[in-house]
Amino acid sequence: MDHFVDLTLGGLASGAVYAALALSLVIIYQATRLVNFAQPALALVAVYTAATVAPLTGSYWLGFAAALTAGTAAGALVERFVVRPIARVSRLNGIIVTLGLLLVAQGGVGMVWGNDQHGFRYAFDFVGRPSPADVFALASVAAVAVLLFCLYRHTPLGLRMRAAALHPEAARLSGVRAGLMLTAGWAISALIASLAGMLAGPPFISPNVFDAVFVYGITAAVVGGLDNPFGAVVGGLLVGLGMSYVSGYAGPELATLTALALVVLVLSVRPDGILSRPAARKV
Amino acid sequence: MSTSATEREPRTAGGPARRRVDLPSPLRHLLLAALALAAVAGLLLVTGDLTALRLAAVGYTMLAVAGLQLLVGGSGQVSLGHGAFMMIGAYTMALLVLRLPMLPLAGNLVAVVAVATVAGVAVGAATARLHGPYLAGATLILAVGLPGLTHRYHEVLGGSNGLTVRTAGAPPFLQGLVSGSEWKALVVWTAVVLGLAVLATVSTGRLGRRMRAVRDDETAAAMSGIPVGATKVTAFVVASAAGGLAGGLQVYVLGTATPSMFTLSLSLTLLAALVLGGIGSMWGALWAALAVVYLEIWLSDAVRAFELGKDVENNLPIVLFGVLLILVLRFQPLGLHGILQRLRALLRRAR
Repeated sequence: MDHFVDLTLGGLASGAVYAALALSLVIIYQATRLVNFAQPALALVAVYTAATVAPLTGSYWLGFAAALTAGTAAGALVERFVVRPIARVSRLNGIIVTLGLLLVAQGGVGMVWGNDQHGFRYAFDFVGRPSPADVFALASVAAVAVLLFCLYRHTPLGLRMRAAALHPEAARLSGVRAGLMLTAGWAISALIASLAGMLAGPPFISPNVFDAVFVYGITAAVVGGLDNPFGAVVGGLLVGLGMSYVSGYAGPELATLTALALVVLVLSVRPDGILSRPAARKV
Repeated sequence: MSTSATEREPRTAGGPARRRVDLPSPLRHLLLAALALAAVAGLLLVTGDLTALRLAAVGYTMLAVAGLQLLVGGSGQVSLGHGAFMMIGAYTMALLVLRLPMLPLAGNLVAVVAVATVAGVAVGAATARLHGPYLAGATLILAVGLPGLTHRYHEVLGGSNGLTVRTAGAPPFLQGLVSGSEWKALVVWTAVVLGLAVLATVSTGRLGRRMRAVRDDETAAAMSGIPVGATKVTAFVVASAAGGLAGGLQVYVLGTATPSMFTLSLSLTLLAALVLGGIGSMWGALWAALAVVYLEIWLSDAVRAFELGKDVENNLPIVLFGVLLILVLRFQPLGLHGILQRLRALLRRAR
């Protein structure tokens, strides 16, 4: 029974990270109908910035702030100068270009810091269940979700962003700078991905550290529906729990393939995720 | 705009003077395959062992990229799991050589194709209802998750050390005539050109036409009576079989299969190479394979010359492929093949 409680608490903590990643994917998907496979690249930028800044300044939290800043800036720049000109031409190319960014980031990090693992510390003590680090993960992701909800529902910026996503032409005609809103969406998404990276990185970081985490993030987003932020959060927690049980009882190597089975199963029954409304299609 | 112009050009400009005998398409592709094999054999005659191994690498890489070309360029499905099918082929080959050493090589290769086909049917049928980003996501999970199985079934699959096999060299009656590496290159290319002939026949035939219709507009294709699901699954299966065979050939040449050979970077590099070579054409696969094999060699030579260290040497090809992928998509979406086609059209106009 203790084992079960342990797995549940651990699953919730890692589920919070998957929820954050899923949320960051959903933000971009809602705005541009694009799944951003470069999300782990942004998280990589963040954690390696932290790993560089924290020892220099001697403060974990300065590194943390630098990481979020660097990740957010990278997201905004990449959207404006790389993804937008290409995704405008073809959505397929848009997906492929985010994969190119992932290659560049993984290879680039490997070139500078090597492919070996580096130690990377937790924000708080990680001993015990629930450990302070687990609580921090859950609390920060919950805060992000609430802030995001408020931003989209109750601020002029959120309104403009929704307008630009829903109907770019009409939004532009009413004076919304649709392009800028797109960049803002990517920046917010990159900020959340950086946070997820800072939570998921420890205890070790390497160029491929986020592959598996991203897989679960995608699983969560797909299970919840790519255009449903609430679905993403619920999906993240469910995937976190599920993967924790599978790793705990059946073996960690099977977790990824279980995620694959889950994605396939869910999408075969509901091609757009559990919590999404079916869309009509015009020819 | 320019593509449709260059594509129409030969038909109007060629006219009756360029009329050729219309062989049935499988026969024509086999003929081309034989020519290609002869060309490779000729190349092997004038080059050494090292080049032979590199040519073999170009061969199996080309087959893998050509399979991906059929899937992505033909049917418009983005698969990030192509490396996973290469891995399935590679491990099947290694296990066959280790466990059933009496089987002949051709039998092994047929078995490899069969296993990859079955895996392709399983994954393809499971993902048949997934579209666009969902399929890319699901195949990404496959590419990340599959190498983990080698740790899970450590006794059979050898964990992170993988499997090492010894494959036979040239048959006795050819000893002294061709070296071991040259023989391997010949075997690889024989299998590769046969595989390419099948891929070319598929993509120029009815199935290819259906795939392109599905790619351009799924709903419209369905309304014209094309079985959309079956077409997509078939494309997936053919691509997986090509990937599996490529993986099997890789083991035959290198003699080892490890999980670190089949990471997500491999799948992404194959996709990047495909876009770089030219996503719309089988020729693109050749430029892609040459780029994958030779860029890596030249880069590691350059890195050694400048003494930049191992980290740079291991990662520079990945970065370069990523950068090239982005640049090609931005400025030249049809890749190298598109550039060549445009040059050819320019030359013809100049004449």
